[in-house]
Amino acid sequence: MTKQPIITVNDLVKNYGDFAAVKGISFEVYEGEIFGLLGPNGAGKTTTLEIIETLRQKTSGHITVDGFDIETDTDSIKKRIGVQLQAAGYYPNLNLSELITLFSGLYGIDKSPMEMLEKVALTDKAKAKYKDLSGGQKQRFSIATTLINNPRIIFLDEPTTGLDPQARRNLWDLIREIRDQGTTVVITTHYMDEAEVLCDRVAFVDGGYIIGIDTPDHFIDQLVASGFERKKQVKLANLEDVFINLTGKEWREG
Amino acid sequence: MNPKPYSNTKATLAIAKASFRSILRSPSAVVFTLAFPLIFIIVFANIGGGGVTVDVGVAKTCDTISPVYQALKNVKVVHLVKDQSTEEMNMNLSKGSIDAIINIQKNNTRPPFTVNVEYTKASAEKGNILRSVLSNIYYNINNNAQINTPPVAEIRETTIQGREYKYIDFILPGQLGFSLLSSGVFGTAFVFLSLRLTLVIKRFFATPVKRYSIVLGEALARMTFSLLGSLFIILVGHYMFGFTLVHGITTVLNMLVLSAIGLIIFMGFGFTISGIAKNESTVPPLSNIITLPQFLLSGTFFSVSAFPKWLQGISNALPLTHLNNAMRKVAFEGAGLGDVTHQLFILLIWFVIIYAVAVKTFKWE
Repeated sequence: MTKQPIITVNDLVKNYGDFAAVKGISFEVYEGEIFGLLGPNGAGKTTTLEIIETLRQKTSGHITVDGFDIETDTDSIKKRIGVQLQAAGYYPNLNLSELITLFSGLYGIDKSPMEMLEKVALTDKAKAKYKDLSGGQKQRFSIATTLINNPRIIFLDEPTTGLDPQARRNLWDLIREIRDQGTTVVITTHYMDEAEVLCDRVAFVDGGYIIGIDTPDHFIDQLVASGFERKKQVKLANLEDVFINLTGKEWREG
Repeated sequence: MNPKPYSNTKATLAIAKASFRSILRSPSAVVFTLAFPLIFIIVFANIGGGGVTVDVGVAKTCDTISPVYQALKNVKVVHLVKDQSTEEMNMNLSKGSIDAIINIQKNNTRPPFTVNVEYTKASAEKGNILRSVLSNIYYNINNNAQINTPPVAEIRETTIQGREYKYIDFILPGQLGFSLLSSGVFGTAFVFLSLRLTLVIKRFFATPVKRYSIVLGEALARMTFSLLGSLFIILVGHYMFGFTLVHGITTVLNMLVLSAIGLIIFMGFGFTISGIAKNESTVPPLSNIITLPQFLLSGTFFSVSAFPKWLQGISNALPLTHLNNAMRKVAFEGAGLGDVTHQLFILLIWFVIIYAVAVKTFKWE
């Protein structure tokens, strides 16, 4: 299978005054994959994402998204992407169904709120306010708003931070489903177990540079081949498996 | 991907609809725009509506069948107090909570009646009103008694037919202005600040929506809400308190046009504050700096002409003063918008100033 790049980033630099947040990074995201940007806080992940999302101006470099240049075709790009921001709120005093209607208007298309809420299993919360949702429900609703315009690519910035194991796994299933329907997913996370099971490819970002880009399997094999060994013998299950086994896999509300 | 071209109008209306729903569900918007002005109207319509009354204590020994007493009973301004003991009455007189005590004695000699009136320094003004009411009564009674003596002078009183200027005609336009001021300043400042701080606007920017759609949509929603509020206040004032609308529906429409103009200017202050404020707790003090002086100095409760000259100068610089004046002219004098061009011109100057500042200070993120 020949992999078709849908996002290409070439030598991206972003300076905030004297501070260089991104110091010249290049990578490609292939169509139909789940691509993970990994790295510690302040590594430049969110800045990079927001530049690709057309929310921030770059200092230099060249980026195309689905064939459109980020400098000249901002509007075409906005119509083709779905964006979930870290810690973004929603319009106050509106229920989920009304929020979907609002976003449909912003994208200039007609989508029934119920159809969108069904995709993320929130139809029973159609009349609820965003602030009254649980953490997992909030993230699923955010993802629903990214899907309204049938985007080619969605960007998820730390969607699982603060979620319990059930909600996290539930969200992984949702993200895989979206990928399987042909949408490219770009995701950032601090959880390596999550990146390992969810991402088709990952890039490690640190100090404004990309220090490695490959499939999770490859990275692990390379490390093992170099003679690395875990201090503790790995057992066939970990504590999270125990947690899920004891508390059940089904999704908890609240 | 989407066959139809992107519609900015559709996006603007989507924001307007969302914002309108949100305003209706926000308690502070409803309280400031409707409840406060209506409460002020009800309170002041009842205080001001009755005019002046003079409370006159009737002494226990007072002759209540005398013609003087009967005449006094028929004077509207005078309220006769009979249910207090002599001690209470004396005490209240010294505090000024009753304005005079009257004691009419029947004499067996001429003149047949002596009217003893005790005034108080605690309420000198109302005492003077009673004094003139009484002298009017003496004049009539003495005149009737001396039919044969030709009068030295004669009073002929005529009252021309005119519209009665009720206190509601003064207070309602002021409250309308207050409602628009608080909705425009507080509402706009809070909404844009919170949309900015909670990254709602940032999320909007990830969609193809244009900046002007966001501002226009918000403005449209606030306009609709405030004009409905104004209409409601006018109708309540008219049907419950007899607020004068000289040309009926035309007057109402003119008032709504003025409301819209006022709101646009006040929203300019709101935009500016939302840009200056760092967080939500700095919005109220900043908004109060704008609204309170206008609330007190712009003829909302009392006429600007009652102020000393230097204060009138300040009053006449404020936009709400001119909005209030224009409203009163339109509502009570039946003026059209063409007759209030002076006020509209000053509002235009304010519009230019405040939007020049707002464009400089407004922040999107």
